[in-house]
Parts: sequence; structure tokens; C-alpha cells
Amino acid sequence: MPDLGLEVLFKGKNMIRLLGGLWAALKISLISVALSIPLGILLGILMVRKEVVIRAVTRIYLEFIRIMPQLVLLFIVFFGSARAFGSDISGELSSVIVFTLWGTAEMGDLVRGAIISIPKHQYESSAALGLKNSQTYFYIIIPQTVRRLIPLSVNLITRMIKTTSLVLMIGVVEVTKVAQQIIEANRMTSPNAAFGVYLTVFLLYFIACWPLSLLARHLERKWG
Amino acid sequence: MNIDFMLEYLPLYEKAAVLTVRIGCEGILIALSVGVICALIQYGKIPVLRRIVSVYIELSRNTPLLVQLFFIYYGLPKIGISTNAEVCGALGLGFLGGSYMSEAIRSGLETIEPIQTESALSLGLKPYQVMRYVILPQAVSVSMPAFMANIIFLLKETSVFSAISLMDLMFTAKDLIGLYYKTTESLFMLVVFYLIILLPVSIIGRIIERRVRYAGFGA
Repeated sequence: MPDLGLEVLFKGKNMIRLLGGLWAALKISLISVALSIPLGILLGILMVRKEVVIRAVTRIYLEFIRIMPQLVLLFIVFFGSARAFGSDISGELSSVIVFTLWGTAEMGDLVRGAIISIPKHQYESSAALGLKNSQTYFYIIIPQTVRRLIPLSVNLITRMIKTTSLVLMIGVVEVTKVAQQIIEANRMTSPNAAFGVYLTVFLLYFIACWPLSLLARHLERKWG
Repeated sequence: MNIDFMLEYLPLYEKAAVLTVRIGCEGILIALSVGVICALIQYGKIPVLRRIVSVYIELSRNTPLLVQLFFIYYGLPKIGISTNAEVCGALGLGFLGGSYMSEAIRSGLETIEPIQTESALSLGLKPYQVMRYVILPQAVSVSMPAFMANIIFLLKETSVFSAISLMDLMFTAKDLIGLYYKTTESLFMLVVFYLIILLPVSIIGRIIERRVRYAGFGA
């Protein structure tokens, strides 16, 4: 049995530190999700409007954010902000800004998809039944839209959590960075720590995302 | 913006872009092969392998590429499996993409009801003819949007390669920012190069999607 470097995890506060790092990553994604959902709903509603200008602007925003790798966006905000505003913004704030911009775009597209997937006869039937416009939205359209949206939004949250691993590259101390520090600090005593510690990080991400994936799949089956 | 600076370092970006695209393509090819194998195992419901494939798919879909790469690049050598950065990049991308490709292919195959295969067989078609004329044309049409989305997704994911010290576009940009403080120029070139790589793929993807959209009549 080769030395897998797992013993490092049980030394001192190493495991607690790793979990703290994971929490730092989760916090960034949770804040961004909390901001993206209302903004995304707003964007989605704007995107189905008929005005050409609104359509063009939202479309360009969506396409640009979606085609750029998230890491590029992080670099633009993190390194570019210092140049543009003459002041430095922290890695954490840059990540929240980028993930909110990205999450809003993705969420907006999901909302748009959910709205246009409601067939026209739903509106017509409810009007024929004598429901008011507000009643149509409240009792007919919104409940159906929400059912389609929730599984997709849960999936978006898992994507967001996975993407927070990138914030390491702009100097935010999160789980992978903590892992690097632990490996460096124990280089002499346990040279194989890289295997055990990175495996643990891998599994921590899995534990954070898997339940959400299962939930999304379950909801999709239940309401789909 | 300093045009001279940009022209001077253009070759660096070109080299980095070629590297990004090359490893990206290798990774996508690996992902595709892994995806086809996994999809066939799941479609054919092969007993034990099927379990292994579904564990693999869950593991690969629920973890970030960066962590997968760190594990392959820094972790595996400790138990005697060492790779160089390029191979590691392609393998990591293949590991991540395999599950996405497999899901895309499987969803296409599963939309074809068994009655179609049975009818085709009873008409006297040979198994390979069933595959070629009945199943594949429909499955490809259904899978294509997810398939193209995966290719773009995987090309975008190549941006994390700089973490395992591959000199890709991100690495070049970060290097130039650090060396010369030409932030605006370096970032501008970075965006332009990613657009050069990704825009054509995105446009071609849309054209292909439109051309193969023959399966869903009435939809």
C-alpha cells in the first residue's frame, strides 16, 4: 500500500481549514445566486418584450457573457477595474460581480425559455374563462413558469459552485488554495500529501454538488 | 491603448491560442470517444459496466475541471502515475467532457422508441442498417444541440489550463500584465483571441443545428 498522504488531513486543524475554504467558495456562489435570481428574472422578462432596442441590448449582453470563459471575465473585472477606476477591488468582490453578471445572463435565458414555452392557448383560455390579466399571470402563467424554472435553477447553482473553483486564479483563498497551503506546509513530513489532499478537495466539491444535482433531477421528473 | 505593444506581443498570443485550440481539440476527441463508449454501455444496459459508468458520470459532472486537473497533475504522480502538463490537460478535459458527451448521445438514442428498431428488423433490415438508416439519423438530430453546446463548453473550460502551468491564453495575458502593467491591452487581446476561437464554433454550431433539425416534425 503506497503512502497516500491522507494522514495530513488529520493533523492539527487541517480538515477544518479545508472545510473553511470550501465555505469561502460556497459563500461566493450563494451570494451570487441570491443576486442573480431576481436580476435574471428581470432580464428574462425584458428579453421577451417586443422593443427592438431592449432585445438587441439584452441579446448582446447574453451572448458576450456566455461566449467568454468565466475566467476571462474574472480577469477583466479583477485586473481591469484597477485600471478603469483607479482603485483596487478585492478578489472576493470581483468574483461576486462576475458570477452575478454571469448568473444573471444564464438565469435570464432560462426565464425567457420558460416564458415562451407556455403555449398561447393558456393565455387565451384563461381570458375566455373571464380571468383578468393579473389573475391570468398569478394563477396560470407564473405557477407553470416556476415549475419549469426550479429544476433548471438548481442546476445553475451547482454550475455556480463548480465555477467558484476558478477564484483561486485571482488570489482568493478558497478550498483549493487552502489545499495548496497544507501541501506546502507538510512537504517534508508527508511528501505524498498532494494525492490525499487534492482527492479530498475533489470529494468535497462532489459532496457539495451531488445532492443538488439529484434534487434537480428529482424535481424535473416530478414536474416535467 | 498602445497598438505597438499589442503588435509586438501578438506572436505570443498566437502561440498560446494554437496551444489552447490543440489541447482543446485533443480533449474533445477524448471526451467524444469516452462519451460514445459510456453511452453505448448505458444504452445497451451492460450489467456491471453500467454501474461504473454512472458513478463516473456523477463524479465528473459534479466536480470542477480545475480540481480534476490538480488531482491528475499534482496528485496522481504521488502514486506513480505521472503525466506532462499537455497530456494532463487533454486527459482532464476528456474526463470532464466524457460525461457531458455521453449524456448528450444517450438522450438522443433514448428518444427512439423500441418499436422503431423492431419494425425495422421485421422489415428485414440488418442490424447495422437499422443503426445507419433508422436510429442514427434521428438520434443525431436530437443530440446535436447538446453536442455543440458541449464543444463550446469544453473549449471555454480550456481557460483553466494555466493553473497547471500550460502557456495558454490566460497564462500569456497574466504574464504580460505582471511584466509590463499593460492591463488594458493584454485583456483586450485576450478577449479578441477568445472571440476568434469561440465565435466561429458558435456560428457553425447554430448552422449545423438548423440543418439537422428534421427529426421533430410538428414540434
